[in-house]
Amino acid sequence: MLEIQNLHASVEGNDILQGINLTVNPGEVHAIMGPNGSGKSTLAQVLSGNDAYEVTEGSATFLGVDLLELPAEERARLGMFMAFQYPVEIPGISNAYFLQAALNEIRKSHDLEELDSLEFRGLLQEKMDLVAIDRAFADRPVNQGFSGGEKKRNEVLQLAVLEPRLAILDESDSGLDIDALRIVADGVNKMRNKERGFIVVTHYQRLLNHIVPDVVHVLYKGRIVKTGGKELALELEKKGYDWVKEELATA
Amino acid sequence: MSDHDVSIGDAEYAGTRVEQSNRQVADLANQEYKYGFVTDLEADTFEPGLNEDIVRRLSAIKGEPEWLCEWRLKAFRHWLELEEPDWANVSYPPIDFQALRYYSAPKRDKKKLNSLDEVDKEILETFEKLGIPLDEQKRLSGVAVDAVFDSVSVATTHSDILAKKGIIFCSFSEAVKDHPDLVKKYLGSVVPPSDNFYAALNSAVFSDGSFCFIPKGVKCPMDLSTYFRINAAETGQFERTLVVAEEGASVNYLEGCTAPQRDENQLHAAVVELVALDNATVRYSTVQNWYAGDVKGKGGIYNFVTKRGKCAGVNSHISWTQVETGSAITWKYPSCLLMGDNSVGEFYSVAVSNMRQQADTGTKMIHMGKNTKSTVISKTISAGEGNNSYRGQVQVMPKAENARNYTQCDSLLIGDQCGAHTFPYIEVRNNTSAVEHEASTSKISEDQLFYCKQRGIGPEDAISMVINGFCKEVFDHLPMEFAVEATKLLGVSLEGSVG
Repeated sequence: MLEIQNLHASVEGNDILQGINLTVNPGEVHAIMGPNGSGKSTLAQVLSGNDAYEVTEGSATFLGVDLLELPAEERARLGMFMAFQYPVEIPGISNAYFLQAALNEIRKSHDLEELDSLEFRGLLQEKMDLVAIDRAFADRPVNQGFSGGEKKRNEVLQLAVLEPRLAILDESDSGLDIDALRIVADGVNKMRNKERGFIVVTHYQRLLNHIVPDVVHVLYKGRIVKTGGKELALELEKKGYDWVKEELATA
Repeated sequence: MSDHDVSIGDAEYAGTRVEQSNRQVADLANQEYKYGFVTDLEADTFEPGLNEDIVRRLSAIKGEPEWLCEWRLKAFRHWLELEEPDWANVSYPPIDFQALRYYSAPKRDKKKLNSLDEVDKEILETFEKLGIPLDEQKRLSGVAVDAVFDSVSVATTHSDILAKKGIIFCSFSEAVKDHPDLVKKYLGSVVPPSDNFYAALNSAVFSDGSFCFIPKGVKCPMDLSTYFRINAAETGQFERTLVVAEEGASVNYLEGCTAPQRDENQLHAAVVELVALDNATVRYSTVQNWYAGDVKGKGGIYNFVTKRGKCAGVNSHISWTQVETGSAITWKYPSCLLMGDNSVGEFYSVAVSNMRQQADTGTKMIHMGKNTKSTVISKTISAGEGNNSYRGQVQVMPKAENARNYTQCDSLLIGDQCGAHTFPYIEVRNNTSAVEHEASTSKISEDQLFYCKQRGIGPEDAISMVINGFCKEVFDHLPMEFAVEATKLLGVSLEGSVG
C-alpha cells in the first residue's frame, strides 16, 4: 500500500533523509528504529505531508496515488494518519467537535454521508470505551490541559475514530510510564487488522514488546541500514546502536 | 494558546506591534461582502450640510415637541465648540461634516403605518434578503425586531404581544410621540449630549433608533432586536437606542448592522444608552457587519459609536457582548457605570480587522458603588493589513469598597502585515479593591494548522476552527441565533486571508 523509493528530504537546508526505500503491505506492522537524529521523525512528517519539509528526490506512492503531489489534508482523507509525538492544543474546540469535523471531511471525500452530532456521539463513545479513555474527554478542548500520557492516548482515540488505512505512530511511547505505555499499545493492537498497515517509529525496543512488529528497520543518517524481523529489535536493545554503526564502518 | 509572544503588565501603557511571517499566509484575496447591494427607492433626503436650520427642520419633520428641538440645538451649539478627537489609534482623512446629508427616509405617506402591509415592498424585500424577514409569520417567535432603514424605523414586530406585559418596544420617533415623559427622563441620562464630539453630533441630528422600556418586575419574554441598514449614499446614520429596565426587570437586546458596498466612506455615529435600576439586568449583544471597504481600503463605514450603560441601582447588571467584523474604522467603547452597590458590568468582545480595517475598541468600567464587579474579555483578530487596538479603562472610585475587576485581552495575528496593540488604563483610588489585567498575543501556529490538516480538515476550515476556539469565551455569551451568525461571519471576514 505504501511504496517509497530513494526518498530524499531536507528541512531548512539540512538534508535529513538520504535515500529511503520502504514497502509496507496491508496488515503489516513496520518498526522504524534508530539513534537520535537519524531521521525517524522526519520520515513520519514527510509522509504525512508537513510542508516544512522539502522532498528533494525520490518517490512515494500510497494506494497507487503519488503521495508527494497531495497536500496533508488529502493524504489524511485517503487514509493516512499520524499519531503526533507532540500533539497540539487547540483551545476552545472540544475533542468531540474536532473529531467529528475530521471524520466528516474524510467521509465526504469517500462520498459517504456525514454523521450528525448524535450519530457521532454514539460512535465516539464506543471508540472511547474500546481504547479505554474516559468519556469526559469528549468535551474537553483538544489536548488542552492533558497530561503527556493523556495526549498520547488521545492520539490513539483519534486513530480509532478515523480508521485510517495506514497509521504512522511517531514516538507514541515517549514520556510514558509503563502503565500508560500498555494502554496506548493495547489501543493500537485493537486497531490491527489485515487491511491496515502501521509504521511504528520508536527509539526504544520496549514499545515493541507490546506492539509486536512484522518487520524492523534501522534508520541511520537518513538511510535504512538494516532490516530484519522482530528479533532485530531485541538485538538492538541488547547491543545498542553503536553495534550497527560499527558494523557499517567495517562494511 | 501555547506561544504567547508578548504579555503586558498592569497599570502601564503598553503598545505592541507584532509582526511575524507565516508561510501559510498569502496575499489577501478580495473578500465577498454579501450585503453590499443597494435598494433602489425614492427617498426624502435633505441637501448636504449641517447648521441650526437643518437641526430645526429635522426636528420639525419628525413632529417633535419644543423641548426636544431645544435639546438638539443645545447639543449642536456645544458640538460646534468641540474638536474632533484624534487620540484613537486609527487614521483617516478629515471628515467634511458639511458634505454629509443628515436625513434620508424612504418616501411614503405621512400617515402612520398600521401594518406591515403598508411598508414598501422594496424595503420588506431588502430585510428579507438580509435574512431578517419582518413578516411576523416568518419570524422566529422568540425575537421582536425594530428595523431601521437609513434615518427611520420602518417596522417594529411583536409590539402588541410585548405591550400586554407593559413592555414598550418601538422606534425612537414613536416613543417621543407616545411616551414623552419616559424619553425626557432618560434621554441623555447616561451619555449626556456634551459627552464627546460624536455624542454631541448624534444628539443634535439623531434621526431615529429604538426605544425599549421594561417595567418593574417584568422579565422580557423574548429577545428584542434592532437591525440597522444604511442604504442611501452620502448619508450619515445617527441613531439612538435607549433601553431602560426598571427594578427587577430583565431583557436581552440584540443589534445587527449592514450597509451597501460603496466607494465613499459613510459615517455612522450612534449613541446607545442602557439604564438598569435595582436588581435589573440588561444584556446587549451586537453583531456589527457594516461594509468594511475593499482590499485597498477604499470605501466602508466609519463606525464611531458611544455606548454606555448605567447600573443605577443595587445588584443591577449590564452585560455588553460584541462581535465587530465590519466597518473600515471601528471606534467604540461600550462601558458600564457601576453606581449601585453590588452591581456587575461585563464586556465580551471579538473584534476582527482584515484588509485595511482599523479597530480601536474596548471598554470603560467605572466602579463607584461598593462590591461592584466587572469582567472584561477582549479577543482581537488581525489579518491582512488590519490594525487592531484594545483600549480599556478601569477606574475604581474612592467609595468603591471591595471592587473587583478582571480583564483579559488576547490578540491573534494572522500573517505578517497586521498589527495588534493593547492600551490599558487603570486607575484605582480605593485600596480594598482588586484589579487584574492579563494580556497575550499569539499567532495561529503552523503546528495547529498541520495538526488539523493531518486529520483531513482543509486549511480554511482549520483556520476557522482555531479562530472559533480562540473566540469561544465570547461566543458563549451570545444568544444562540447570534452565535451561529457570528461564527459564519468570522469565516466570511477572514476568507482569503490564508493561502
